[in-house]
Amino acid sequence: MIVRVSGEGQFRLPDEDAGRLNELDNRAVNAVEQGDEAGFRELWSQMLEIVASDGNALEDDELVESDVILPPRDVTFREAEGEFTGEGLIPD
Amino acid sequence: MAGMGGRMSTVIKAKISRLLDRAEDPSETLDYGYQKQVEHLQNVKKGIADVVTSKKRLQMQSQKLEQQVVKLDTQARQAVSQGREDLARAALERKTVAQTELQSLDTQVNELEAQQEQLTQAEQKLRGKIEAFRTKKEVIKAQYSAAEAQVKIGEAATGVGEEMADVGLAIQRAEDKTEQMRARAGAVEELEAAGTFEDLTQLGSGQDDIDRELAQIGAGSQVDDELAKMKSELGSGEGDSPQLGEGEQKEGA
Repeated sequence: MIVRVSGEGQFRLPDEDAGRLNELDNRAVNAVEQGDEAGFRELWSQMLEIVASDGNALEDDELVESDVILPPRDVTFREAEGEFTGEGLIPD
Repeated sequence: MAGMGGRMSTVIKAKISRLLDRAEDPSETLDYGYQKQVEHLQNVKKGIADVVTSKKRLQMQSQKLEQQVVKLDTQARQAVSQGREDLARAALERKTVAQTELQSLDTQVNELEAQQEQLTQAEQKLRGKIEAFRTKKEVIKAQYSAAEAQVKIGEAATGVGEEMADVGLAIQRAEDKTEQMRARAGAVEELEAAGTFEDLTQLGSGQDDIDRELAQIGAGSQVDDELAKMKSELGSGEGDSPQLGEGEQKEGA
């Protein structure tokens, strides 16, 4: 599967990683909803770690759509909160 | 792989898709698509130029503040050597304010520097993708029937479109950040306009509003320490010569 880290580009990851990424992602959202910034940071860095360890950067001449798009590496807790209240990276 | 992704990535993907200006009309995809990509690249360059402009403005402000810090320090020393502890204190309080602003400006300049670097890399990547699209388009046109070519080129255009939307998002974030910094820089300029960093010799006797405010902020202990240090430095430099200033201070105390 193709994963994009916003602002950094696309990476090809084994399909098996999808489940782990999904789980971490949903837990990260729960952390955001509970105002648990430290928890969010930890989960978010785990997600980035999976991309770093399992992912291979796509070449510039590979023009494909991503299956998964993750927020920018330096996403702030406030931005993450905003994502679910309509005031996020791209306001609704 | 529809439906893939947790809640956070799904929201981001949906939003990127919304930013993505898809060339829905297949007839447009063939040539117009590339032209649009090149136009978009120009916008990216403009976005980077804006960041550089903001950075330069902050750097100029930082240089001005550095000069003020030196000037206020000199004034404080002069005031101490003339036995005017009140003036020295005022100058040091202003110096503390200027130094705090200076630190914050330097942090912001570094942030913008990092942002510029990131956007420049994104621009290069996008340029590479657009160039690849131009080549690929011609190859596909030569190899496939018109109908098949449209589908394949459409897919490639979507790939480039996602890259464009993502760079667009990065620029938008950079703009938001520079906007906040601009507001902050404006506040520093207001302080300057209010005379916070002005030449103390232009002040009349007694305290002005800014003096009182500064005292309230309580740049206190740092100023006390620095003043004591200055007095001991200047005092020891003057050896045995009679010190009119010191006498006056003792009377006043």
